[in-house]
Amino acid sequence: MYEELARNKRRSALLIAGAIGFALGIGYLFGVLLGGQGNATVFGLGGLGIAGVIAIIMSMISYFSGDKIVLKLSHARAVTHEQEPRLHNLVEGLVIAAGIPKPKVYVVEDTAPNAFATGRDPEHASMAVTRGLLDKMNRVELEGVIAHELAHIKNRDTLVMVIVATLVGVAVLLADWSLRALFWGAGGGRRGSREGGAGVFFVIFGVIALILTPILAQIIKFSVSRRREFFADVTGVQMTRYPPGLISALQKLKEDQTSVRYATHATSHMWIEEPLEQEHGKAAVRLNRLFSTHPPLDERIRVLREL
Amino acid sequence: MIGVWIAVGVAGLLVVLLIATYNRLVALRNRVDNSWSQIDVQLRRRYDLIPNLVETVKGYAAHERQTFENVTRARQEGISATTVGEQAQAENHITQALRQLLAVVENYPDLKANENFRELQEELTATEGRIAFARQFYNDQVLTYNNSVQQFPSNVVAGMFNFSTREYFEIEEAATGPVNVQF
Repeated sequence: MYEELARNKRRSALLIAGAIGFALGIGYLFGVLLGGQGNATVFGLGGLGIAGVIAIIMSMISYFSGDKIVLKLSHARAVTHEQEPRLHNLVEGLVIAAGIPKPKVYVVEDTAPNAFATGRDPEHASMAVTRGLLDKMNRVELEGVIAHELAHIKNRDTLVMVIVATLVGVAVLLADWSLRALFWGAGGGRRGSREGGAGVFFVIFGVIALILTPILAQIIKFSVSRRREFFADVTGVQMTRYPPGLISALQKLKEDQTSVRYATHATSHMWIEEPLEQEHGKAAVRLNRLFSTHPPLDERIRVLREL
Repeated sequence: MIGVWIAVGVAGLLVVLLIATYNRLVALRNRVDNSWSQIDVQLRRRYDLIPNLVETVKGYAAHERQTFENVTRARQEGISATTVGEQAQAENHITQALRQLLAVVENYPDLKANENFRELQEELTATEGRIAFARQFYNDQVLTYNNSVQQFPSNVVAGMFNFSTREYFEIEEAATGPVNVQF
């Protein structure tokens, strides 16, 4: 279990480093394409700075108010200890094992079994489960799912996703500006002169990279999301010390194909399992995996079994 | 001349590392102490639940006197325990006595169906869970702390300031043995 935890932390760090590198790389491209070799650094840093500020401002809204928005969008209802004693008891026990404050508890009246957790840090967190989850899962399965959600809170996954979104947002902004600038004729100026053949290839490569940037950005974001899901699975097991609970819950989730009524693409990453309709055609599957927020249930179960 | 500055820089860096390591050891040790006292908090919750539980069961199974006395006596032991050893022993007795009580309840279907009793049973299960999690969390903190005390290079600082390893909380054999139920 400890090896698995360390492994997840390493891979998360690598992916985030990758996102930083991605942003810097696009910044460099921006600098060179618009400022020419000579002014690359100035243009690059300037571009990164401005794009950075814009991206951060946009992210702040998501970071600070995201939880309220998401709870409203999902029609989550706050529940007291008296209303849902079993749920509250499970949460209270697990937060002791996790060493985090108890989050606010919500219920979503939906028959699809699912759960999510949100909040900018453990002191300001919320957790919601659907009625379907409460009805269809037994005690140890419920405990496994709640532990997974609390793990998201403990690992500050909302913060991580906001950081990654900001980083790739910077890259996307800069790529957009670069393409517009090149299209409208601005930029390094000396096309075809002293730069020579190498310069043209660089420009072509640069343009392709810029066009692909939004897609690469999404891929990075989704990779991080999937890695954090694995991390939450293992951290949750660290709390319960009982992998079969979560394994059993994931298996039940696999069999249950219903989707959550109020989930949207914007919120789908937070649920414990993909809440929307899944396409099951063969050709679609491989590509879908790159762009899905959650790893396949089979793989998650396999990892848990090997703990 | 430059050599002196490098030496000063390195020395400064070492001092900073020393302070950082010392502070971390202090923080980890405090977490261990804090999580130990949190176990106590959960144990007290169980003491508070017991009288209510006993009264409810008495209402239906008045003549199971031996069982009631065992539970009440064990609870009293726990409340008045002064040393850690006494407390651990009292806790084992409480666990056994409660198991006995709940086994007895199996014979009284009316009691089992009683709403009040079911709520109390849920609370009791939850409290037992909380105690277990509190102990688990304590052991996790001890692991992290012990790692820092024993691993290089923090063990150097630990040695300098007398940080010693802490013990894990282990369940005694008595608590995990089978329960004798007398009717």
